[in-house]
Amino acid sequence: MPSYSWPEPEKRKIIGQRISRLDGLDKSSGRAKYPSDRNPQGLLYAVLLTSPHAHAKVRSIDTSAAEKMKGVTGVRVISKPGTEIQWAGTEVAIVAATSEPLARDAVRAIKVDYEVLPHFVREEDLSKVGARAKPAGEQITGDPEAGFKDAEVTSEGTYAIPVITHCCLEPHGAVIQWEGDKVNYWPSTQAVSTVANELARNLEIPATNVRVQMEHMGGGFGSKFPADRWHIESAHLSKASGGKPVKVFLDRASELTIAGVRPSHFAKIKMGAKKDGTITAWQSESWSTGGFAGGGMAPLPYVFNKIPNFRLNHTAVSLNTGPIRAWRAPNHPQASFLTCSAFEDLAAKLNMDPITFFEKNLQFTPRPDIYKRQLAKGAEMIDWKKNWHPRGQGSGVIRRGLGLGINSWGGAGHASKARTIIHPDGSVELEIGTQDLGVGTRTVLAMIAAESFGLPMSMIKVKLGDNQYPVSGPSGGSTTVGGVSSSTRKATINALTKLFEAIAPSLNTTPDQLEAIDGRIRVIGNPDKGMSWKQACQKLGVTPINEMGENDPKKPEGLNTAGAAGVQMADVTVDTETGRVKLNRLVAVQDCGLIVNPKTAESQVLGACIMSVCAALTEERVMDPQTGRVLNADMEFYKLAGISDIGEILVHMDITPENDKRGIIGLGEPCAIGGIAAIANAVANATGVRVPQVPLIPKNVLAALHGQGRNA
Amino acid sequence: MSIKDPEAKKPGSGFSRRGFLQGVGVGGGALSTGVLENEAQAQTPANVISGETAITLQINGKPYKTTVEPRRTLLDVMRDQLDLTAAKRVCDRGTCGACTVIVDNKAMYSCTVLAIDAQGKKIETLEGIAQGRNPHPIVNAFVANDAQQCGYCTPGFVVASKAFLDRNPSPTFDQVKEGLGGNLCRCGTYVGIRKAVLEASAKLKGGR
Repeated sequence: MPSYSWPEPEKRKIIGQRISRLDGLDKSSGRAKYPSDRNPQGLLYAVLLTSPHAHAKVRSIDTSAAEKMKGVTGVRVISKPGTEIQWAGTEVAIVAATSEPLARDAVRAIKVDYEVLPHFVREEDLSKVGARAKPAGEQITGDPEAGFKDAEVTSEGTYAIPVITHCCLEPHGAVIQWEGDKVNYWPSTQAVSTVANELARNLEIPATNVRVQMEHMGGGFGSKFPADRWHIESAHLSKASGGKPVKVFLDRASELTIAGVRPSHFAKIKMGAKKDGTITAWQSESWSTGGFAGGGMAPLPYVFNKIPNFRLNHTAVSLNTGPIRAWRAPNHPQASFLTCSAFEDLAAKLNMDPITFFEKNLQFTPRPDIYKRQLAKGAEMIDWKKNWHPRGQGSGVIRRGLGLGINSWGGAGHASKARTIIHPDGSVELEIGTQDLGVGTRTVLAMIAAESFGLPMSMIKVKLGDNQYPVSGPSGGSTTVGGVSSSTRKATINALTKLFEAIAPSLNTTPDQLEAIDGRIRVIGNPDKGMSWKQACQKLGVTPINEMGENDPKKPEGLNTAGAAGVQMADVTVDTETGRVKLNRLVAVQDCGLIVNPKTAESQVLGACIMSVCAALTEERVMDPQTGRVLNADMEFYKLAGISDIGEILVHMDITPENDKRGIIGLGEPCAIGGIAAIANAVANATGVRVPQVPLIPKNVLAALHGQGRNA
Repeated sequence: MSIKDPEAKKPGSGFSRRGFLQGVGVGGGALSTGVLENEAQAQTPANVISGETAITLQINGKPYKTTVEPRRTLLDVMRDQLDLTAAKRVCDRGTCGACTVIVDNKAMYSCTVLAIDAQGKKIETLEGIAQGRNPHPIVNAFVANDAQQCGYCTPGFVVASKAFLDRNPSPTFDQVKEGLGGNLCRCGTYVGIRKAVLEASAKLKGGR
C-alpha cells in the first residue's frame, strides 16, 4: 500500500506556500455566480408571507385575491388554519410570480385572521421568566462547599452576552426547478453532498432525482445546513408552474429573524481562590435562550474544566423568538466570555496580573504547556508588560486597558471521499462533493493535488459544489479542511500509484522506485532516468486513471487530527464621558496543525477576530416586548463593525515542526472564540469597572461607570 | 408613491427612492458626507409614471433597453432583467454597500436609485471596471491581498474602492478607513481590503 503521509516539510514544493485563492479573481471581478445570481430562462420569484405576531393561532387564511393577481403562478399556504405560531416571522404562505414586485403585491393581498396569544420575548431577568424557565438540573464535581471554605478570596459577578444573528450577506435561499421527476437545486448551502436528502424526503421523491450545484455562496457561519422550508415550498411552486425555475431568497428582515441566531448566555458566577491565585471552587447559575426550544448550557467553566470543585446550574428559557442554528463555534464564544470575565474579576480582586492568574491555573486546562507558551507570545505581541496596569489605575477621561481571552476547539476532518482522474493527455481532475464557503477550500485542494503529482497548480482542475461528485461532509465544526485534504491526498496518491504501475516497465523499474517531481516521473535516486508527466500519461493509451480516496474520521492515519488552542489579547481605549470603546489592537495567537496555505489560514483568523469585535462592540438582536418582534431586523440598527472600527489586528500562527507533525486541523471556529472576552476584559481593566453585558455600547458602558450595571 | 411636479419635463428625472426614503425620515444611501445634502438640493419632483415603462440605461458605455415598473431599483433591474449580477442585494436599504455602482462619477448604493431615474446617467458597474481588457488595478489587489472570503461584499467594496481612488489617488491609511466606511463585510476581510486599496494606489501612481 502506498504511503499517504504528508511530504516532509523540506520536500514540499507547494504545501505551506502563501498562495492566492484560485477563485479570487472571479470574486473581485464579479464573474463569480452565487445561487442568488442565477437567472435561468423563465425564472419565477417566490416571496414569503410571514407572521407579524410572536404568538398566535391562524384562524383562517384567504388567498383567493392573491391567486388572481397579475403575474402570479402559484400560492401555497404554509401555516394552515389551526397552526399555533410561536415566533414573529414564521412562514405563513408563499407566492410565486413572474417578478418579485408582483409576488410582493400578491403577498400583501393574502388575508390572514389570527387569534393573537400572549407572547414572551425577553430573557435577561430570570426572575421574570416564570413558566418559561426549564431548569436543566444541577451538576456537581468535587466538593464546592469545601472549595469555597478553602478559598482566601472570593469574587462574584453576573455576566451577559445577548442573542446575535448570523447576518449572512447572501440571504438564505435557492433557485429550484422541479421538471418532470427531477429537481435541479441551486441552494446557498454548507452541505452540497447531504442537503438533497432532506429536500427529497420532504418532496417525497427519491434523493437520486435531486441534483445540487453550488459554485460559491455568500456566508453561512453554521446557519446554512438545512433544506429550508422556503426551498421546499418553492420546489412545489415550480412544479405547479409546469416546471419553471423559482428563485427564493429571504429579505433582510426575515434573514435576521428566522434564518438562525446564536443563543444568549447569562450567568451568575462565584469563584474562590487562594491568595497565590490557585482556584479552589467555581459555582455558576446560568441561563440562556435559543428561541422557543430553549437553550443548552455553554461548556462552563471554559477550558479550565479540571477545576477540582464546581457546581453548575443551568436554565433554558423558552421565548417566542426565531430558532437557533449553529453559530461558528457553538456555545464557545459565550463560555469563553463568561469564564474569562469571571477570571479577570477574581484576578483583579487578588491584585494579580491576569496573565499570572491564568498561568497559575493552567494545570486545570487540558493543554497547559501550549497555553503558557501562547500567553507569553500574546503578551509580547501586545507589549503587555509596558501597557498593562492594575485594574482602574488609569486616570482622566480617556483610559486604556488590556485584556485576554482563550479558546479551544476540535477541528478533526469529517468523512470525505474524493476522486482523481488522470487523463492520457496529462490533464488532471479532482472531483469532490464539498463546498467552498469562501475559506479557500478550492485552493487548498489544488495545492494538495499539485503537491502529490509534482505539477503546477494550473494543471489541476478542482471540481466541487455538486452532489454528483463523491460524498463529502457538510462544512461545520471546522471539519472540512482536514476531511477534504486527507481524501484528496489519498485519491491523488492512489492515482499516482496507478500511473507508476503503467510506466514502470518502460523505465525498467518497479512502481515503488518512482517519484513525481517538477513535472516529471523519475526513478528515485536517478533523476535523469524518467520522462515528462505528459509522456507518462500518454502511456495510458485511451483509458484515464480514475481513483478514489477516503478520509475515515475513525482512521485519519495521521493526515488530520483535532485540538486547537488559542489566546487573544486586546488593547482598548475607553472614553469615560461618552462610553465609547475604541479597539486599538487585537492579537491572536493560534495553535494549529499542518497549515496548507498560510495566506488563507491567516485570513480565517483575521476574519474571526473581526467577528469577535462585532460581537464585543456592536452586535445584539433586540426584541420588542410590546410587539414581540425583532426591533433591529435590518443592517442600520443590527450593527456590524465597519472597516474603521477594528483597530489593528495581529495574527500569529503556531506554525512549528511539532505542530506540523500533528496533521491538518480545522481553523474556522477556534479563532472566533476568545476575542469577545479579551475586549470585555480590556474595558474592565481600563475603567476599573466590569461592564457586565456585551456589546460594549455606550449605554452599557455608561450604566456600569455610573453604578447602574448588573454588578454595581 | 408618486410625486407630481408640473415643471419637470423629462420623464423619470429627479425621482429617486432615496428621495422618497428621505421624505419618510429614513436615512439615505450616500457614500460620503455631503453627497446627501447636494442631492437633496438638486432634487426636483417629477411626473407621475406608472405601469411598465420602456427605459434605456447607459451601463459601462453600452445602452441597455428594458421595460421596468417605476418602483424598481437600479439594483434589481440590473440583477433581474439585465443579468448584471456583480452588484449584490444584501440590506436593500442603503446601509451595507454591497450594491455599490458609480453613477456620474459618484459612488452610489444602487438599491437606493430607481432605475427610471438612472436614465441618461453614466453608470459604471464592477463588470465594466473589472471584466474589460484593462481591469482597474484594485481588482487584482483584492486577490493579492486576500481581501475577500465568501466574496459577497467584494463587488461593492471593489467598486467603492475604485470610486474612492478616483477621488483620492494617494490616500493615507486613515483616509482609506474613512473612505470605505460605507461598506460592510461579514467574513471580516477589512485588513486585506485596507492593504489592497493602498497597493492599488501605489500601482496607479506607477501607471497601470
